[in-house]
Amino acid sequence: MDYVIQTEQLTKRFGTFTAVNAISFAVTRGEVFGFLGANGAGKTTALKMLTGLLTPSSGRATVAGFDVWRQPEAVKRRIGYMSQRFSLYEDLTVRENIRLYGGIYGLKRAAIRVKTADLLERLDIGAYADQLVAGLPLGWRQKLAFSVALLHEPRIVFLDEPTSGVDPLTRRQFWDLIYEAAHAGVTLMITTHYMDEAEYCDRVSIMVDGKIEALDTPRNMKAAFGAEDMDEVFRLLARATATND
Amino acid sequence: MNRFFAFVIKEFRHIYRDRRTMLILFGMPVIQVLLFGFVLTNEIKNAAIAILDPSKDEASLRLTSKLLSSGYFRLERSLASADALEPAFRQGKIKLALVFPPGFSHTLRHDGTAQLQLIGDASDPNTATTLINYANAIILDFQREQVALSNPNAPGAPPGIRVETRMRYNPEQKAVFNFVPGVMTLILMLVSAMMTSITLAREKELGTMEVLLVSPLQPLQILLGKTAPYLALSFLNTVLVVALGMLVFGMPMRGSFLLLGLECLLYMFVALSLGIFISTRAKTQMVAMFASALGLMMPTILLSGFLFPRESMPLLLQIISVLFPATWFIPIIKGVMIKGVGLEYLWKETLVLALMALGFIGLSLRNFKNRLE
Repeated sequence: MDYVIQTEQLTKRFGTFTAVNAISFAVTRGEVFGFLGANGAGKTTALKMLTGLLTPSSGRATVAGFDVWRQPEAVKRRIGYMSQRFSLYEDLTVRENIRLYGGIYGLKRAAIRVKTADLLERLDIGAYADQLVAGLPLGWRQKLAFSVALLHEPRIVFLDEPTSGVDPLTRRQFWDLIYEAAHAGVTLMITTHYMDEAEYCDRVSIMVDGKIEALDTPRNMKAAFGAEDMDEVFRLLARATATND
Repeated sequence: MNRFFAFVIKEFRHIYRDRRTMLILFGMPVIQVLLFGFVLTNEIKNAAIAILDPSKDEASLRLTSKLLSSGYFRLERSLASADALEPAFRQGKIKLALVFPPGFSHTLRHDGTAQLQLIGDASDPNTATTLINYANAIILDFQREQVALSNPNAPGAPPGIRVETRMRYNPEQKAVFNFVPGVMTLILMLVSAMMTSITLAREKELGTMEVLLVSPLQPLQILLGKTAPYLALSFLNTVLVVALGMLVFGMPMRGSFLLLGLECLLYMFVALSLGIFISTRAKTQMVAMFASALGLMMPTILLSGFLFPRESMPLLLQIISVLFPATWFIPIIKGVMIKGVGLEYLWKETLVLALMALGFIGLSLRNFKNRLE
């Protein structure tokens, strides 16, 4: 299999607290991989290790074929990132934001120009190209932020709760963009706390207290738990781990 | 290099789009220099005084006119009786009162001595002391004339010691000579440290710092990219303040511009690294602003010797003041601009600043990297 993300016993400890406890999983090319868990379950910490923001305490992880610990620069060039908080600068215009990210990722000026035109057309926001991002509706900003994260053609894009605070219709449109990218061969790793969104993922992992307690397709997971939807799976799983303790 | 360039352009955009930042960057220096220069002067001009003169004789009138023609004093009130003194002070109409005894001329001529009373409004002790000193000097001068007048045949000068004072470098004791270096120190600290700490804290607060750290930009590139525009603007500010000081207030420039520029650059490095250091600790722009205002601005104003001489501070404060870059920078500017000395006299201060720059840059780099953990 062509794995783009692979972790083995990946662990992060802060003092005596183990935020991520020996997680192992692999994600294939073009997969939409959901990373679920309650607040504090360790999903953000895991994501930070995979994006090179945190160094692991032990274990191994490769992203796009490079070791996140030893070759962070090679990893950084091949990944995109969009956080739940804003990735765009509100006091810059749409065009300036695009140019900035293109520049940071080392794209040539001509390439940035072509990509900007393409992006504006695809999102149908050409009319707002020279307006400050602050004036755009939230949903548009999220879509723009995602497109900007794809600008340097990364192999993997990490999305940290990208749709929080967005209305259902815009969320649906956002997912269309995600599928479009996945079809083009980009791998997407997404954290979310909307359980209906978990259903949209190819595979889902659920973290509880730093460990991955379940990892499968949403369909298999629902079958294994005899649950109606992912929300129920999540609740059953949380209850099961609570009684085990 | 292109990456870095794109990043710096973005920072300049942030600055010129934000009206508050622009105001602090360019309004503040001009306003401060003008305010300090025109309003906050130590010199006394036309202080309001009252005179109670029951004798109104030759000597008392001569002394009065000598006082009033000095330019330091202006007659606000001629008092008829001692009862009028208290209300005049209470109303804040006068800063100083001169009280003659009855029959001043007569006593002076016959007894060779007479008493005068100077009453100052010490609710403002600095002004009161200065006024009393000025008045005393004039009275002393008057006394010498008086002796010469009464003994026109005395051989040579009357006995006694004549002290001739000379104030070097600033013979007119212009306050501007003190304020321009002080304001420069303050402005550079404000722009370099405070603005840098705020702009870095802003990226953190908005969550864009994470995005930058995930990008191929190196942490050092991010720091340099964020601070380079402020370094450039600080330098522009220095030029502005020096130009204002020289053109508007007649501040001299006796040393080398090159040395002054280099020393300013060094001080800016210290301030910038302090700003970065604060931002690695502060989570929000507010915290960064207060930390810089209280931790850097206040000591720069109060402890550096800008407003109050360090020599008269309690020992503990003198020791603390050594830790602040402004304490070392002010003597450098004064040395270069007013005394016209070179590095051979200023190497110690320069060395201290250089060590501070290295120390803080090292410390904040370590902190900045640690914060990623």
